[in-house]
Amino acid sequence: MMNIPFPDLRPVTPEIIMTISATVLLILELIFKNKGVLAFIAVATAAVVLYTIPSSHGQTFGGMFISDTYSTYFKLIFMINLVLTILISLRYIQREKAEYGEYYSLLLFATSGMMLMASAKDLIILYLGLELMALSTYILAGIKRHDIKSNEAAIKYFLLGAFSSALLLYGISLIYGMTTTTDIYKIAASLQNSSTPSLPLLLSMILIAAAFLFKIAAAPFHMWAPDVYEGAPTSITAFMSVGPKAAGFAVIGRVFYIAFQSIQTDWTAILIGVAILTMAVGNILALVQTNIKRMLAYSSIAHAGYMLIGIIPGTQESMSAMMVYMLIYAFMNIGAFAIVILLEKGEELSDYEGLSKSRPLVAALMLIFMFSLTGIPPTAGFIGKFNLFMAAIKAGYTWLVVIAVMFSAMSAYYYLRVVMNMYMKEMKEEAAITPSPSLGLAILITVLMVFVIGIMPSVVIG
Amino acid sequence: MQIGYPILSTVIFLPIFGALWIFLIRRSSETFIKWTALLISLVTFILSIPLFSSFDKTTAKMQFTETHGWVPSWGIKYALGVDGISVLFVLLSTLLTILCVTVSWNSIKEKTKEFYAALLLIEGSMIGVFCSLDLFLFYIFWEAMLIPMYLLIGVWGGPNRVYAAIKFFLYTLVGSVLMLVGIIVLYINTGQGSERTFDMLQMMTTNYPYNMQLILFWAFFAAFSVKVPMFPVHTWLPDAHTEAPTAGSVILAGILIKMGAYGFLRFNMPLFPEATKAMAPAMMILSVIAIIYGGIICLGQTDLKRLIAYSSVSHMGFVTLGIFALNVQGIQGGILQMINHGIVTGALFLCVGMIYDRTHTRQIEDYGGVATVMPIYAAFFMVFTLASIGLPGTNGFVGEFLIILGGFTASKTLGVLSATGIIIGAAYMLWLYQRVFFLETNPKVQGHPDMNMREILTIVPMILLVLWIGIYPNTFLSFMDASVQNLIERINSVPVNSVSVSGNEKILSLITDTDTVIEVLK
Repeated sequence: MMNIPFPDLRPVTPEIIMTISATVLLILELIFKNKGVLAFIAVATAAVVLYTIPSSHGQTFGGMFISDTYSTYFKLIFMINLVLTILISLRYIQREKAEYGEYYSLLLFATSGMMLMASAKDLIILYLGLELMALSTYILAGIKRHDIKSNEAAIKYFLLGAFSSALLLYGISLIYGMTTTTDIYKIAASLQNSSTPSLPLLLSMILIAAAFLFKIAAAPFHMWAPDVYEGAPTSITAFMSVGPKAAGFAVIGRVFYIAFQSIQTDWTAILIGVAILTMAVGNILALVQTNIKRMLAYSSIAHAGYMLIGIIPGTQESMSAMMVYMLIYAFMNIGAFAIVILLEKGEELSDYEGLSKSRPLVAALMLIFMFSLTGIPPTAGFIGKFNLFMAAIKAGYTWLVVIAVMFSAMSAYYYLRVVMNMYMKEMKEEAAITPSPSLGLAILITVLMVFVIGIMPSVVIG
Repeated sequence: MQIGYPILSTVIFLPIFGALWIFLIRRSSETFIKWTALLISLVTFILSIPLFSSFDKTTAKMQFTETHGWVPSWGIKYALGVDGISVLFVLLSTLLTILCVTVSWNSIKEKTKEFYAALLLIEGSMIGVFCSLDLFLFYIFWEAMLIPMYLLIGVWGGPNRVYAAIKFFLYTLVGSVLMLVGIIVLYINTGQGSERTFDMLQMMTTNYPYNMQLILFWAFFAAFSVKVPMFPVHTWLPDAHTEAPTAGSVILAGILIKMGAYGFLRFNMPLFPEATKAMAPAMMILSVIAIIYGGIICLGQTDLKRLIAYSSVSHMGFVTLGIFALNVQGIQGGILQMINHGIVTGALFLCVGMIYDRTHTRQIEDYGGVATVMPIYAAFFMVFTLASIGLPGTNGFVGEFLIILGGFTASKTLGVLSATGIIIGAAYMLWLYQRVFFLETNPKVQGHPDMNMREILTIVPMILLVLWIGIYPNTFLSFMDASVQNLIERINSVPVNSVSVSGNEKILSLITDTDTVIEVLK
């Protein structure tokens, strides 16, 4: 009989807490009528997890799972994403009649999936995390059961997501065939000697890249994003626009830099093309949107393009710049969605006409988020872009940065269209808002972070 | 030299915090908002006076400097300071803001709170642009100013304001982001590793390779030429000036567009001296095109504000011509002319704003015979018209004279061509004056009251400055002597690059050919 030693659970404690809490929430949902309690437990879980993450460094499960500074940073982003999403959801899902007990539980499951992805040192763990995250978000996207658009979003996301998972599996199986291992570091070691990449290796790299690029909504694998973002409940849109994207970047960083190190020139060439295409598609198509959620969907595609510029040079500096950008993006993007949620009718761009007249404060906050997304100082968005572009220029990709800044200037047009509607158009009707303490807290946190990072960048860099 | 407070930080952040304070005032107490704004702008102006009285004119060094660490890991410092080139712009900014507040007193009726807050935010960031000695800090102010300015044009502007505002924003942003790339490249090539810095003064002592200078010159040029605006990227200006509310037009014409020319002086010339030398002929040709083209366009305008807006294109052409003549007269004239243009065109926009508040039309054909209805107004307008033309005794003459002198020294042909700009200027301004103030009295201007005390008080400081600079320009020229001398030495300290000569041979030979023709004709 084989003797399997009991694995060291310390590195994986945060994930365990998260999963247990998610399961417990499923049971508690039957007991508590007031779903606010569940939300509170979920936030508390995030806090506990955040507390345990720093002390969890190490490897376990025979080296399949690793907790290091890289994963810690991404887990921090996931926690911020989770907490902010819960804060903006509380009142919103009541209003939208989507307050099912599974909601918070699924958010926790999705987040544990992301955490697994960030910590995966083995492609099997990676796939496990990816599926856990994906399946949970499919359901969340369709949680407004009686809303046709929400159903459509879920089914679309599911079909395309399943397809991309299949691509990933196919890629993994090819690489397993070549190297007889799924361990990322062992793959790297066995590929080290292949000076000229073989066709199956390239194919496997392309298949894996396609699956990851699907998750971060990079062109040409972005088609699902606008429809899903528009149809899903807005709080889930906010969640999806940050969490899975961050998780996607986390695995791209780890898999490509370690496993595919030997064919770096090949995948860099592909990613450069994808980055330019993504920025182009995101920024150009955002120009003509009339629905703000669709507009933000294309904008998030564009931001994925900028972040890819952090992956391409492959220096430590550019990777950390990409991670800082992700953090800043989380704050400003969720902030913008929080304002969309705050308004009772806020999904169409025309709903914002004359908002500065009826709700001056709400309009001013939205203005701040829009300028931050554009990347105008003194907001955090500028610091993010500056940091990212500086790292890329240092690595010699000045021409790529010039393309990026031109697209970034173009993005001003559609972000400012929101500002224009709020400040320069006549008010049609008084805008109704549904404020709540938790939503207020989320907006306060995001707007503060946008300014604090914008004025004191030292808090996030270095 | 020792003043009890950090003067530059105070004049930058007093308006900014004042703006935040205004946000906290209740919306309904409009009078209180207005008085608060006026008070803040007045106090800022008073606090900026030591810059004028305690400025040491004998040195080209930065004065009133303040340095604090800011983002150590990127080598970014919070560094402020002024020299002879920038100090006058700070004073002009604090002065013009007061006038912008008073001229908007009755004409801004909607969203008063946001208006005055935006105005003060612009003031703070404008002064920040002129005082920053750290490129990162400079860029922050440079860009941050776009937000309130965009709102100022777009919210309180004329009928076509939305288009004008977005056009202004996009033009400026495209230029600025290219400069941002330039700034980063500059940063990476200044010092090594942790010694890298955004410190401008340190960059100015570094000699960059010629090819890099050339590329960076164009990167910075992209931002500054849009702001100036130079031909052919000037098309945002007529729209923005025309549609902006009076205060917005005054800020745009008075200070904002000066930032472009200031940028050339502060960054392009000392940082890239070889590239500047190589590119100077091209810049001068663009300037002369702007002078003549802007002037001719003015002749065809039917809109009062649009005409003055296009005249800015022509006048700023003079400024860049003087700057790129690369001699003492030219640069001094260029700086002085920027101040002059700020005063005169600012005043003209104030005047147009005053009459627009009465008649609510900007069409020249709706006017006529205003001199009989509003004699005091007509007299004031006359002074500014003459100053704009450059009549001796007014400030316009001194500036344009120096510029043409400098331009003529650099190239006779361009000097002569630019002088025709003055003739065109006289034609469109006098013709404008005739159509608006003389001729038959138009029924639309009948029965309007002449200027009231508030309006007269707004205009009088400008008149005084027009005459002061016109009669005794030395007060102001003496500020810049040392700094300009220093700048020229910096440019002349590098040899003319052989590559640059051959690259620009065609342009240069074109000019020298015409110069020889003139010599022969003599």
